[in-house]
Amino acid sequence: MDELVIYRRLVGARIRADLQYRASFFLFLISQTLVAGLDIAVIIVIFTQVDTLAGWSVAEVALLYAMAGIGFGVADLFVSEVELASRHIKAGTFDLFLLRPAGTLVQLCAMEFAPRRFGRTIQPVIVLVIALRAVDITWTPTKVALVPLTVMSGAVIFGSIWVITSSIAFWTVDTQEIANSFTYGGYTLAAYPIDVFGTWLKRFVMFVVPVAFTSYLPVAYMLGKPVAFGLPSSLALLSPAVAAALALVARAVWRCAVRHYRSTGS
Amino acid sequence: MRWMWEVATRSYRRQATYRGATLAGVFTNTVFGFILAYVLLAVYQERSTVGGFDVTDAVTFTFVMQGMLMVIGVFGSTDLADRIKSGDVVSDLYRPVDFEAYWMADAYGRSAFYAVFRGVPPFIAGALVFHLRLPSAPATWIAFVVSVALAVAVSFGWGFLLQLSGFWLLDVRGPNQLGWLTAQFFAGVFIPVVFFPAWLGAIAYATPFPAMAQLPVEVFLDKHHGLDLVAVYAVQLLWIAVLLAGGRLVLRRAMRKVVVQGG
Repeated sequence: MDELVIYRRLVGARIRADLQYRASFFLFLISQTLVAGLDIAVIIVIFTQVDTLAGWSVAEVALLYAMAGIGFGVADLFVSEVELASRHIKAGTFDLFLLRPAGTLVQLCAMEFAPRRFGRTIQPVIVLVIALRAVDITWTPTKVALVPLTVMSGAVIFGSIWVITSSIAFWTVDTQEIANSFTYGGYTLAAYPIDVFGTWLKRFVMFVVPVAFTSYLPVAYMLGKPVAFGLPSSLALLSPAVAAALALVARAVWRCAVRHYRSTGS
Repeated sequence: MRWMWEVATRSYRRQATYRGATLAGVFTNTVFGFILAYVLLAVYQERSTVGGFDVTDAVTFTFVMQGMLMVIGVFGSTDLADRIKSGDVVSDLYRPVDFEAYWMADAYGRSAFYAVFRGVPPFIAGALVFHLRLPSAPATWIAFVVSVALAVAVSFGWGFLLQLSGFWLLDVRGPNQLGWLTAQFFAGVFIPVVFFPAWLGAIAYATPFPAMAQLPVEVFLDKHHGLDLVAVYAVQLLWIAVLLAGGRLVLRRAMRKVVVQGG
């Protein structure tokens, strides 16, 4: 059977299962929407104290946050399930994925799919619409295309980070929390102008874990702002290429990790 | 009372076995401490003080707060809720000890472990890069430890109530997450409550949440002395009384109305 068909069936089953505890499901959906809402609330609170942050206005930072937030939300919905690899490895249930005739990553992401995570993208989309109206951008065809391209690249970049960091679980089972530093941490970094961070951290988000490509560089390009380290702002146009490259790395790492897998079963 | 000590020490030891998880957690707390500290530093490029906090106060606040997160259990626990869902809670209720006190002893054991192994390292890491402020007077250290101990009870009371909702909902993950996120925001976990505009600050101080984290960290920063410090403790004690009494009330209702799973 086609992997996409398997994926759709498993996801459908998950959605029906989650709707069994209806009250809890809706509370969970609301809370997921609020998770993202708190991030923008923090930004708004900061801007009740200052007019600009490293030369960025509240609307400009909101745009940064929205771009990063949508990309991260999409990755959270479809890929963050990979986090649970550590739980399956610990319980010995990862064996089941290897027995079935479908990719391990596809199966894991489908089995653990949680529709409540949809809540995470609703709110940044609203902020994006508001922020785009509030900021001053001279639109060109390139800039218009950059909006959807950035969001898609962001989803791929965050998804890849999720896969790469979760692969650690194949070597050490109980260090899953380190992944949070890169996934949630990377997203938090991406929601602020990286000019505020120290030099080493700036280098890190530009060249090592390239979350700068999920919002900072494209948004700086759209707004015509100077980019950290005096780099050309057209670097933003490389976002899709960076995303594709990182996805290939993630695929290689996951494959290597699965090959390394030794069941805990006795 | 002896049994509470026994429960607490076992809870402490249980946490101590997960060394890798502790290391990973310290790493994550430190990373978030750095991110938030840099954001606050950018704020202080524009302002010299915010709500009585200077730049050193704010950065110190960030790292003390990151160390406090696990001590007060700000991500919530579902240990009790899991037992309600599976029906195992029945055997807990049979025990000849107070149910709420049992779980509170469990929370204190865990917090004691986290205070040492998750509380101190992020602060040291932060101090290597940023200028942080340590309390100068020994009295402040003692005042801080007392305030943290009270904060643990406040957050336990909140978490206990959230988990008891499991008697009605079975799956508590939704209310748990919602309850703890609200708590985190108003406790000053993401940004100090002193940064809030007046109206939002007023809302925050009408909730038990600042008593979980914001107030103890202010004590660490030497913001409260004499009668002012007594007032901080009074607020914390008030919320402990309200939440623990609330927990008892809800538990009694649960016992009367709800049939335990697993027949």
